Amino acid sequence: MQIENIANVLKAKVLTPELDLSREVVHAFSSDLMSDVLTGDHYKTVLVTGLSNLQAIRTAEMSDIDQVIIARNKEVSQEMIDLARESNIVLLKSSYSLYRVSGILFKEGIKPLY
Amino acid sequence: MKLHYHIDGGDFVNAGKASSAVKGVLKQLNVPSRRIKRVVIALYETEVNVVAHATQGEIEVAIDSDQISILVSDSGPGIADVEKAMQEGFTTASKEVREMGFGAGMGQPNMKRNSDRMDIQSVPGQGTTVRIVNELKD
Repeated sequence: MQIENIANVLKAKVLTPELDLSREVVHAFSSDLMSDVLTGDHYKTVLVTGLSNLQAIRTAEMSDIDQVIIARNKEVSQEMIDLARESNIVLLKSSYSLYRVSGILFKEGIKPLY
Repeated sequence: MKLHYHIDGGDFVNAGKASSAVKGVLKQLNVPSRRIKRVVIALYETEVNVVAHATQGEIEVAIDSDQISILVSDSGPGIADVEKAMQEGFTTASKEVREMGFGAGMGQPNMKRNSDRMDIQSVPGQGTTVRIVNELKD
């Protein structure tokens, strides 16, 4: 599923609209614990998290995760958006909870990592 | 090739900058992406540990055609029992560190898992030195 379509089904705001939104997403991993994200063998993964800080973006970068969804309408700083852009990471913000975002993605056929 | 980075304790804004820079260098050197990922995850967890626990630290990176050698030395409280610190789930992290998405006792196991060789030397009350060596070729 393309990240642009994911943004639509989640009614999410795309915070990095200048990046390629046609990229394909196969897996999702939902966590607020960044060390847990770092253990994953990620492939075309979207990270869903309630952790809205620079480390969420850094963790995605180190894990080769190219798209991040911040759930629950958490405030996203300009520094996060700048870092995401610099790291070529598509950043979305959804008002839905982590559970709801995960549930919708699962229903849409996005696979879990484990 | 030699690289050097400085880390300030408590500076969560810049935690990961060195790992990001090393990732860029290894990409330019056409190192296989799975090997790059191992290096940068081990280094990133180390950086976060220095930011979380130490007052300051230095990262020395040496890259040759076959391997990368990373030496991270910090000034700080040190680790009283290194073996215990290696156990999954063991943590002394503050609430602030946990709010940053770390501090669940997974850092050191993640460092070890992503290193080909790793060695931790620590003097309580003075600081900790971590050496990580990874092969860069398949």
